[in-house]
Amino acid sequence: MSIRGSAAIVGAAQLDTFKSPGRSPVGLMSVAVTRALADAGLTLADVDGLFTASSYYAFPTLTLAENLGIHPRHMDSTALGGCSFIAQLGHAAAAIQAGLCDVAVIAYGSTQRSDAGKLVSMAESSAYEQPYGLIHPIGAFGMVAQRHMAQYGTTSEQMAQYAVAAREWALLTDDAPYPTPLTVEEVLDSPMIVSPLHKLDCCLVTDGGAAVVLTSAERARDLRPNPVYLLGTGEAINHRNISQMPDLTATEAGRSSKRALDMAGVTLQEVDTAHVYDAFTISLLVLLEDLGFCEKGEGGAFVEGGRVAPGGQLALNTNGAGLAQVHPGMLGMFLIVEAVQQLRGDAGRRQIPDAKVSLVHGMGLTLAAHATAILSNKPHL
Amino acid sequence: MALINRPPVTPRGEEAVYFERLKHNELVYHYCDACDRVLFPLRQVCTGCASENLTLKVSSGQGSVHSFTTQYRASHPFFTDSVPYTLLLVDLEEGFRVLANLVEAVESDIAIGSAVEAVFDDSEEDLTVLRFKPATKGVNA
Repeated sequence: MSIRGSAAIVGAAQLDTFKSPGRSPVGLMSVAVTRALADAGLTLADVDGLFTASSYYAFPTLTLAENLGIHPRHMDSTALGGCSFIAQLGHAAAAIQAGLCDVAVIAYGSTQRSDAGKLVSMAESSAYEQPYGLIHPIGAFGMVAQRHMAQYGTTSEQMAQYAVAAREWALLTDDAPYPTPLTVEEVLDSPMIVSPLHKLDCCLVTDGGAAVVLTSAERARDLRPNPVYLLGTGEAINHRNISQMPDLTATEAGRSSKRALDMAGVTLQEVDTAHVYDAFTISLLVLLEDLGFCEKGEGGAFVEGGRVAPGGQLALNTNGAGLAQVHPGMLGMFLIVEAVQQLRGDAGRRQIPDAKVSLVHGMGLTLAAHATAILSNKPHL
Repeated sequence: MALINRPPVTPRGEEAVYFERLKHNELVYHYCDACDRVLFPLRQVCTGCASENLTLKVSSGQGSVHSFTTQYRASHPFFTDSVPYTLLLVDLEEGFRVLANLVEAVESDIAIGSAVEAVFDDSEEDLTVLRFKPATKGVNA
């Protein structure tokens, strides 16, 4: 028994992806949910499965359900950081297949930008790491980058190349928050935050709400002509605290993606668009390696020469993702929404012609947790 | 006199044992006699064999830099006067890894693989803080 192709995304929405004009995090989630339901031709009365994760709310499904005034019969607050929502795609499909719910909503909302740039997090620090003043999460990524540079000769210029490519993609959207091209020099000239990472090696700090609606593949076909099928999912974890990450430059992302690709019966070569969590330039390079888009240690060389920019070899993060479009604390939901846009053919100037298969990979915390989803506009391949 | 207090460290159980031993200028780790496994942070259960009989051992404090970063911003107002400060991941010679600060040196003095040794900072009344300085003994990694 597999969940392969058993469920599909029938509704998707995102809003206030840079600065919200006065919505709270749960308010943003609620608007995203009702808009995603409208996109699906459904209403709140249809929702019986609710999935969310949050840095604001210790009991986020309760907070969201109360705010929406609904009483779902299946709830899931999986807390894997920014990849939680990608993991929840699989959880939702399994719940639908098991009859635990019929219409599942996955939602996220954050006002991190309106909160004056402070990373809002109720996450505890390990007592063993807490006394030293490490900034979560960027301090950890500084140490990942130092190690990657020492082991593989990766350069700051190479890391900057990804930031430049992401900005190019963002310029193909209608709402790029920074609507001018970026150069490698600008990245290298931006202030050093934690060595060797500059300000422009870091994701944006934005607000944003997003939601998707899943139901059975059978019901999906009655709801809309272009459902986006969930063909495979995978998860993996390797640590909680950076001092206990077994290898600073290698993660379990490959295991997560292999589980998803195997379930889908798809190879990496068949992926038309890739949506890979980019909290920092360095984290993106490590994930590209671990996902198998290039060899271990070659992430820096891989993103050179416009290979992941528009028109390049890999359609990667086609809206600019965390570096150039949106990053409200957790990115996972927004990676899913962009993949849905591509697979519906609704991605405007950045549309990848005839995109059929998308890989969405999220990480949580400091490369600690991983979740992968394979999405397609075909029910099977 | 710092007007801003350190964010409180609230160790519990075996965590409190670790901090208590730091006050005695000892960096401790767990060792499983049943399966010869080094464990850190301190545990109640061995990750190798599930044994609950773990031996507390004292590290020599000698290790090498696994990685490092220098922060140009503070994680909390308490650390503002220390900016920029360098953090290290140190691989202790017994086979476990810790996070701590670099002292008596700056980033350009060290590299991945540099030999370092533990220093116990007793300048605060209630908390001994683990630091590392470049090794003075000739055990370069």
